[in-house]
Amino acid sequence: MLMNRIIDFKQALYSINRLEAEKILAQCVEEAENTMEVIEGLVVRTLDEIGSEWEEGRVSLSQVYMSGVICEELVDQLLLPQSQKRKNQPRMAIAVLEDHHLLGKRIVCSVVRASGYELIDYGHGLMVDDIVERVVRDKIQIMLISTLMLSSALKVKDLKKKLNDLGAPTKVIVGGAPFRLDYQLCKDVDADGAAVTAAETIGVIKKVVDSIG
Amino acid sequence: MANKIEMTSMERVLTTLGFKEPDRVPFFLCLSMYGAKEFNISIKEYFSKAENVVEGQLKMREKYRHDCIYTFFYAPIEVEAWGGEVIYFDDGPPNSGTPIIKKNEDIDRIQVPEVRKSLVLKNVLKATELLKKNVGDKVPIIGVVMSPFSLPVMQLGFEKYLNLLYFDKVYFQKLMQINEKFCIEWANAQLDAGATAICYFDPFASPMMIPRELYLKTGFHTAKRTISSIKGPTATHLASGRAIGILDDLFNTGTNIVGVSAEENIGDIKKGCYNKLTVLGNFNGIEMRHWNAKETETKVKETIALAGKGGGFILSDNHGEIPWQVPEDVLLRISEAVHKWGRYPLQWVDK
Repeated sequence: MLMNRIIDFKQALYSINRLEAEKILAQCVEEAENTMEVIEGLVVRTLDEIGSEWEEGRVSLSQVYMSGVICEELVDQLLLPQSQKRKNQPRMAIAVLEDHHLLGKRIVCSVVRASGYELIDYGHGLMVDDIVERVVRDKIQIMLISTLMLSSALKVKDLKKKLNDLGAPTKVIVGGAPFRLDYQLCKDVDADGAAVTAAETIGVIKKVVDSIG
Repeated sequence: MANKIEMTSMERVLTTLGFKEPDRVPFFLCLSMYGAKEFNISIKEYFSKAENVVEGQLKMREKYRHDCIYTFFYAPIEVEAWGGEVIYFDDGPPNSGTPIIKKNEDIDRIQVPEVRKSLVLKNVLKATELLKKNVGDKVPIIGVVMSPFSLPVMQLGFEKYLNLLYFDKVYFQKLMQINEKFCIEWANAQLDAGATAICYFDPFASPMMIPRELYLKTGFHTAKRTISSIKGPTATHLASGRAIGILDDLFNTGTNIVGVSAEENIGDIKKGCYNKLTVLGNFNGIEMRHWNAKETETKVKETIALAGKGGGFILSDNHGEIPWQVPEDVLLRISEAVHKWGRYPLQWVDK
């Protein structure tokens, strides 16, 4: 049933028709057994398809952004940020390392929250030591790092080393243009995972969660 | 067939722009902050004096034997002229800081800088003048502007700009009017100072960023109006963004050259715009940091084989800026390979 609604839901998002998207989501919630099932089956799947279409060059980043923001708002209405129903494991945060390009982080935040997860937003322009300090303080299990510049992306190696030296078990997941343009980069900086699109982040988070056990 | 007589860089580039084969494939190394390495000084210090950039550009051209002088300082220099903040790094391009337009109504009050009174822009003009005195008409000097359509990413921040573009047509149009006026003045001042052509950076126009339908209603008209008022040739560069899907639109803006993304096939792009637009590209600058000797030669050969025949092609990177982390050896090997494999006619391609 949810599969049949993905096309309509996606169309509503592409045309920035928030009311139509809200209507479709509300109908699905009414017919389903639980809210998380709808979030997984409709919202996450739609955002995943939108991410793939962006990677294939069929939709633009502005459509990915608008879709993420609308879905985040709609899911927020269904699940308050502190709701028990949110997938509150693992402890997760996001930051833009060193540089000041924010759109990638904003899109990932929307997609992650629209998928029913909660995460702390540490902001942008943060140096490695700033992030290490916060990760240790907040006992973060998964740290999402967004970068646009190659110089910032390469500093993930230093971040991983410092976390390891402190014995922090934190998994670092990276994303952003440098990692999309060079798949070797993720390995070079010892990241635990990389996501080419914002929606792909959800799959990577699930894998990391499974590996944490 | 005998090799053609050695051309100057300017002759080589003009020949390829006319869709004819010059003596060899022209190649542009878009070296900006990279010049600081020549002096072992910080990027901030390097850009503080026009003389540093002049000497840096000349040294790098001598070392790498490429076909242009590039007077691009850093992307946020224009917002700096508008009163914005620039954040420097030791090993990467400067970023723009807090956006100068915090809410749409600020567009009513924004102060448009006078190009010839702005200290930072005057520095670029001075570098251009000095370089022109040095290279004359032998080497093309490429000046740079941010397109009026893409500059708001730094003026407002990405998210606010997307909201302006989608939901506030009145303020969007006002901002375009202001930015177009500034961009035309800035481009023409660089041409007056000695620039041969203007690189019109317009990453926001890429279908990777906004749908083509939206571009046709917005940035396309901005580009058409602006480019028609720039008194010299232009190269539209999408700074790693894909161009496929809007090639005819870009041609219709009046531009002469298109920058090609590493994520698209330069051969396909070339076929799509031969005799209309010269293609520029498309080495993956991020991967270049770890290219070994064999890989470098292979990449040069592959790119030339895909796009070299018939002219209308300039070999370059895909972003319009060589990253700081790319080793000098890679650049030297690119140069060596272009000089070896880029000689026209490209008989080896058919073999």
